[in-house]
Order: sequence, then structure tokens, then C-alpha cells
Amino acid sequence: MGFEFDLNVKKKDSFDYNKVYDLAIIGGGPGGLSAALYAKRKGINVVLISGDIGGQVADTSSVENYLGIESMTGEEMVKTFRKHVESYDVPMLDGTKVNEVKQGKEKILKLDNGKEVKTKTVIIGTGSLNRKLNVPGEEEFNGKGVTYCAICDGPLFEDMDVLVAGGGNSAVEAAIDLSKTASSVKLVQRSVLRADEVLIDRMNSLENVEVYLGYQIKEIKGENSVSAVITKNKETGEEVTFETRGVFVEIGYTPNTKFVENLVELNDSKEIVINDRNETSEKGIFAIGDATIVPYKQIIIAASEGAKAALSAVDYLNKN
Amino acid sequence: MSLLNEEVRGQLSEVFEGMGNEVTIALFTKEDNCETCSDTKSFMEEVSTLSEQLNLEAYDLEEDSEKAEAYNVDKVPAIVLLNADKKYQGVKFYGIPAGHEINSFVTGIMEVSGSGEDLPEDLLEQIKSIDKDVDIKVFVTLSCPHCPGAVAKAHKLALLNDKISGEMIEAQTFGELSQKFNVSGVPKIVINDEFELVGNQPLDKFLEEIGKIN
Repeated sequence: MGFEFDLNVKKKDSFDYNKVYDLAIIGGGPGGLSAALYAKRKGINVVLISGDIGGQVADTSSVENYLGIESMTGEEMVKTFRKHVESYDVPMLDGTKVNEVKQGKEKILKLDNGKEVKTKTVIIGTGSLNRKLNVPGEEEFNGKGVTYCAICDGPLFEDMDVLVAGGGNSAVEAAIDLSKTASSVKLVQRSVLRADEVLIDRMNSLENVEVYLGYQIKEIKGENSVSAVITKNKETGEEVTFETRGVFVEIGYTPNTKFVENLVELNDSKEIVINDRNETSEKGIFAIGDATIVPYKQIIIAASEGAKAALSAVDYLNKN
Repeated sequence: MSLLNEEVRGQLSEVFEGMGNEVTIALFTKEDNCETCSDTKSFMEEVSTLSEQLNLEAYDLEEDSEKAEAYNVDKVPAIVLLNADKKYQGVKFYGIPAGHEINSFVTGIMEVSGSGEDLPEDLLEQIKSIDKDVDIKVFVTLSCPHCPGAVAKAHKLALLNDKISGEMIEAQTFGELSQKFNVSGVPKIVINDEFELVGNQPLDKFLEEIGKIN
């Protein structure tokens, strides 16, 4: 039996809560890490605060569309990003969330560990959270068959029949991943597949994966845990029940912006409104990646937005 | 054969330089019917060579049943972390802490050594004032990036209050137990076999559930 070791504990930071930082980056996904790198190289005092370094990338089984990297696990990618940033000694507060941002010449970030960070500029890169189906049974069976992390919970469904809800890249990847351990995988999507052709081809080559398009999930049923998913065939209107032990919800994401909803302007989808220099409606506060209105939520896009926002923040610091 | 590669060994040695005091790893295994015991043993032997402050004591669940009882160990492989006075503080791992769980294992060692994270005063007070026996089980898989955080919190609570114990349980190694607690999403936190949380919840949520104990 082989074991891997995904170490990401680092030496304790000598983090200074009394200092006023030039830039505080909220979020440790590809955008935040890239911003940290650019900012630090410009010589400003930067700190990165993250609930979960790597963010969604860490939950991705494999990344194959980042230029220069043919294929890499999400985990490995996060490690590579992180190592690069750490080589510049950027102070990082990991496992720490920001509960509130207070605007002012000196902005104050209130952390969930009860402490505060003072900074002249802020980059918000808090990414997004899993979107829910919002159907009866989803909440009730959360953790009892309904899950939002295929790589975390896949091993618990060994030799069982499972169902993946969704039709984008993450859904198709989850189906491919699960097919290795589950006895059968049904991918159920209300419309068409939106995933990359290469992924769809790979999924279609698997014998234990079946794809159902045009089925809308109506309800998740069970006793103590999930036993079935009720759907409606959108064409015929008929109700179709799929027996399953696990429901892997992979229907996209919703921006993680609640903590700043009263601070910066959001659009109807709760994404932070920014201009082409990543400026939000508030002076000295910038935003990047999945949390913003920037279309196409991709790793490479978040990373480049991070670079852009860091340079914008440096410009702002020079002028103010 | 080494389980850890050169890079991870180097990183671990570096992290362990920050240890406050000595820590003893009490490892429990048994000869038969334990698929992961020998790997867990090799792993612990290897880790214990990475710092002079780390000691390893290897026990057999049956032959050393007194020790097992003292640390409340009932299944293997089990790892108990003891502080410099070899005191049991309720910090335990059932199953090999490999994959992502190496992070909760390292955090556990650092915390038990006295080089842990500080908590704000009011939270500390709240934790220290708990006067009921609390057993926190955290079910994990080794491929779960959010799980080590939940395990570390259970251990932190255990370290701050003698009435609390916290254990990581690797769900696949202990399949029957996982089934008993209907584990189909991790991390799953079970408090006193009765109150349940799913996900890497903040300490407040742990305290809220603990508050429900009669």
C-alpha cells in the first residue's frame, strides 16, 4: 500500500499585528498568491490572509489547461504556487478568515481569530463557494450522501452507485475520478454538457459512467442517508428516479463576497464590480478572480488578475 | 524503505526545529489483522528520527493492554501524543496520518510541544470552563484537504481542557465504525457519539455542540 504525504505546514510566521501593512491580500487561491508574488517583488509590505491556501484548486483532481503545465494535480499545483511565493518570505496567515473590512485611510481587517490587521490597501480574492441545488433533501442529507467535494468523499463510496449533478468541467472530472472506485457513476445534467471536449471524450470511454442530459433534479430522498434522486425529464415531463447512495453536487460556484456586501458594490450575482484596473467602488480596495465580475472562472485568469491588481495597488500606494 | 521523500523529510525537520518541549509518540499496533500497522510503524520510526525532541514508544495493543487502557486506546493503528512529562492529554490519531493528515499530525506535535497557536482570551476562558467529559471523533479521508483543520481543532480543545479528548479516525481503515456513524462526508465530527457536525467548522461551532451535552 502506498502513501503520499501532502505537507503544507510551515514554520511559524513572525506576523506583526501592530504594523500597518502596505497591502493585505484576502484569499490564498491562485489570484491571491500571484498578487502576493507581484507585490512583494515590488518591495512593498504585504501580508496574505487565507482561510484555505489553494482554495478550490486544492480540491481539483487534475489541472490540464494551465500554460506550460501539461498535467498536474490541483494539490501539486497549489504547492508549486505556494513554494514560489514563500521563497519571497511573504507573511501568510493560513486558516484565518476575514470577517469584516473597515474602510478608511488605514483599512482594518477583523479576523475570525479575534485579532485585527491594519493596512493601506486591500485585495479581495476570496473566490467562490459551491453552488447548491436548492432542492428538498439537499440540506437534510448534507454529509449523509450529499457532498460537494469529490476528492474528499469519493473514497467513502467505494463499490457503491453514485450520481454526479452537473455538466461542467468539475462535474465531468468528478465522474471520471469517481469511476475508479465507485461501481457505477451517473452524470445527471439539466441541459447540455459544458465541459471541455477532451474531458467528455475521456468520460465517454469509461464503461461504468452513464450520462443523462435534460434531467432536472427535483428532490433527494432517503431515510438516514441518501437512497435516491428524483428528476424530471425536461422533454417528456416524466418523473425519473435514480437509485444512488451518493450525490456529488458539481454545478458551479457562487461568489464568496458576503463579508463585504455592505462595503463594495456587487452585481446581481453577488460578484464584486471592478474596472479594468481591478479597482472596486471603494478607494484602495481591489478585487480579483472568481469573487469578481470577471468572466470565466479559470485558474490562469485568477492568477493574471492577481498580478494586475497587485500592480494597481502599488500604483495607488505611490500616488497616495 | 523510506516512506517520506527527501523534500518532505527536510521540511519536517525544519518545522520541528520550532518545537518547545519534547514530545513522545506512543504507537499502538498489533501483529495480525491490521493492514496499515506496519506502514504506520515505519512512518513513526522515520518521523521520530527527524528531531531530537521526538521520542517513540511502540506498544502492542494486547501485550501492553495496561498502557492501552491508560490512554483509552481500543483499536489500531493508534498514535497518542504525550507531552514532555509523558502526560496523556487526549490527543490521538486512529489510522495512519498520511496524505493530507500529515498536516494535522505535525500540528499536533507542535501543539503538544507547547509551540501552538494562541487563541483570544475570551475563547480560551470558554474552553477552559467546560466541566463535562467530552469525546470528539473526527472522521477523515487521507485525500481531504479540509480535514486536517477539523482534527487540529479537536486536538486544540483536548489540550486546553483535561476533560476533552480529540481523535482523528481514518474512515477507510475503520470502515465499520464509520458505517456506525453513517460517515459519507468528511470531515465528520461526532461529539460524545451523539452530536454531529460536517465540514471544517470553526471552534465556535464545536463549542455550540459541546454546549448541548447534558
